[in-house]
Amino acid sequence: MESIDVLLVAQVLPYLEQELSKRYNLFRICDYPQKSQFLTQHGALIRAVVGNGSCGADSELIDALPNLEIVSSFSVGVDKIDLNKCKEKGICVTNTPDVLTDDVADLAIGLMLTLLRRICECDRFVRSGDWKHGDYKLTTKFSGKTVGIIGLGRIGTAIAKRAEGFNCSICYYSRTQKQEPKYKYYPNVVELASNCDILVVACSLTDETHHIINREVINALGPKGFLINIGRGKHVDEPELVSALLEGRLGGAGLDVFENEPHVPEELFGLENVVLLPHVGSGTVETRTAMADLVLGNLEAHFLGKPLLTPLV
Amino acid sequence: MILSPHIKTSKSIQQPSNSTQPNKANMADLNESIEESQENNNLPKVFLHGPPEFSFILQPNPSHNFHILNPSSLPPLHQFLSLNPHHASSIAAIVCTGGYTVNADVLQLLPALRLVCTPSAGTDHIDLSECRRRGIQVAGAGNLFSEDVADMAVALLIDVSRKISAADRFLRRQVQNVSWNFPLGSKLTGKKIGIVGMGRIGSEVAKRLEAFSCMISYNSRNKKPLVSYPYYSTVLELATDTNVLILCCDLNDQTRHIVNKEVMLALGKGGIIVNVGRGALIDEKELLKCLIEDEIGGAGLDVFENEPHVPKDFFSLDNVVLSPHAAVVTSESLMGIRQIVEQNLTAFFSNKAPITPVI
Repeated sequence: MESIDVLLVAQVLPYLEQELSKRYNLFRICDYPQKSQFLTQHGALIRAVVGNGSCGADSELIDALPNLEIVSSFSVGVDKIDLNKCKEKGICVTNTPDVLTDDVADLAIGLMLTLLRRICECDRFVRSGDWKHGDYKLTTKFSGKTVGIIGLGRIGTAIAKRAEGFNCSICYYSRTQKQEPKYKYYPNVVELASNCDILVVACSLTDETHHIINREVINALGPKGFLINIGRGKHVDEPELVSALLEGRLGGAGLDVFENEPHVPEELFGLENVVLLPHVGSGTVETRTAMADLVLGNLEAHFLGKPLLTPLV
Repeated sequence: MILSPHIKTSKSIQQPSNSTQPNKANMADLNESIEESQENNNLPKVFLHGPPEFSFILQPNPSHNFHILNPSSLPPLHQFLSLNPHHASSIAAIVCTGGYTVNADVLQLLPALRLVCTPSAGTDHIDLSECRRRGIQVAGAGNLFSEDVADMAVALLIDVSRKISAADRFLRRQVQNVSWNFPLGSKLTGKKIGIVGMGRIGSEVAKRLEAFSCMISYNSRNKKPLVSYPYYSTVLELATDTNVLILCCDLNDQTRHIVNKEVMLALGKGGIIVNVGRGALIDEKELLKCLIEDEIGGAGLDVFENEPHVPKDFFSLDNVVLSPHAAVVTSESLMGIRQIVEQNLTAFFSNKAPITPVI
């Protein structure tokens, strides 16, 4: 294969970076502090971009790469890629669905359990030596609670299946009602929030779902309700969430994502009814390796003129 | 470890007005209240055997078909009996909290005892064979705590696998706006789980992890004919064939240190141990060594050999999650256990079998 120029715009698994280096002529955007200079000099050579959930290919970048053929994202979320522009210009987009479904669902349940049972706080309690002076306080039982899921796609369904193992009742909201008689459908998020104990965001980020968790939804969920976000930070109106937690209008929150990663609202650090994670939804060796193989497989297929493995649907 | 300290913070439960340690000043009160209780002569006598806060477990009620001798001040049993020797031969039932031993010495003091009621998941504080020998029935918590304990086991497992507590710690210490560089965890879905003890708790754990497509196998004293998961006759063999060991069994002479160095090495690097049983099921010193030397991947522990003392060396490890024996400490379990104790005593004293018999 002739030397193909690929631009890596985000931090990815070292294994992926190594393989990209071996197979292609790899440019790392972080090596060029003068990004615009790099693009002016090398932009026309770039035929593929590899990004991740936090950094993809926006309109500006696409314009700077006139010979771009494919954007292969090391993520399932593609909200950082200007999909309309790609479609316009005939640029292929691939992501990494399915391989990370289990990990994200496992983490969603993990957040529910660690939040309700205060596992992180208990761990701090033991490590600080406080246990010698008395027991930790009462926590909230998880089994049997009602779980409300926003988005009953691959990840939402996997979360529902796991929650059922804990005798939880499942209800959901999604764009269209699914053929799923076991789970109760609600036609809007406020109603869903009013009727569940734990609300989990599991849909993709689009213009319609931006700030889908707003003040009204948070108030409907209430002081005994819990919010879990394993979607995108921008699904939640973050300042509203913070004030609700500080004022006790929301029972607690388990967050894997934030509006402006890596920034986390400082007020959350003092709260014991939150669990905060640095976007680790797909963060296992097994899954990141499988995602890397999909990225590599998609690029290979494209440059060999074969059908893409996981083109964006 | 026990639910009683939390009664003070629970709004839904009426508090006795004075739950204080017995001392010289209220010895007189003790004798007075004992005299009052003579009016309830006909009703079988029940003694609450636990620390002062344990009075939460059962409050006097005119509808009861039994009489609580010590509803509001809980002197130690020996002290109570030396002040009221006539009660030694009238106490028909005791309600005893986990950690308050009921062994041959205690049973010797209570010749009229017919029922021991223990609102705890474990029964290692009760000499069950001595009770059996004396024809004393023992009632426990039934299935009440099984779900909460199983939830704790799964919570610890997911936390250790996916480093949830470690990541939360990391994020709260992180300098703002610096890229997050946090180590990867290991996938839980599909893992091979070995459950040690396939009783009520073990079954609830298995049911939950099946929903994660995990492959369940188990070790138990005896193979369970109604259980379809693969059975291993020793914990060593179970550890050799699985990635995760979850300890849900009783502590007794056969199970002390059932997880020893050999078992941990068989489980292997990357292997995870979760303990929601009793601390002494694991050789704690060996566990610490294996964790520090990376012979096993991690551990989630709700119990320890010498609670509440936890070896300091655990505190610097990122591959453990530590919990203060909190597996049953939920509001829901608190409400439920008071109901169960009352129901057991009521049934027993109506000449029916206890609702949740242990033996």
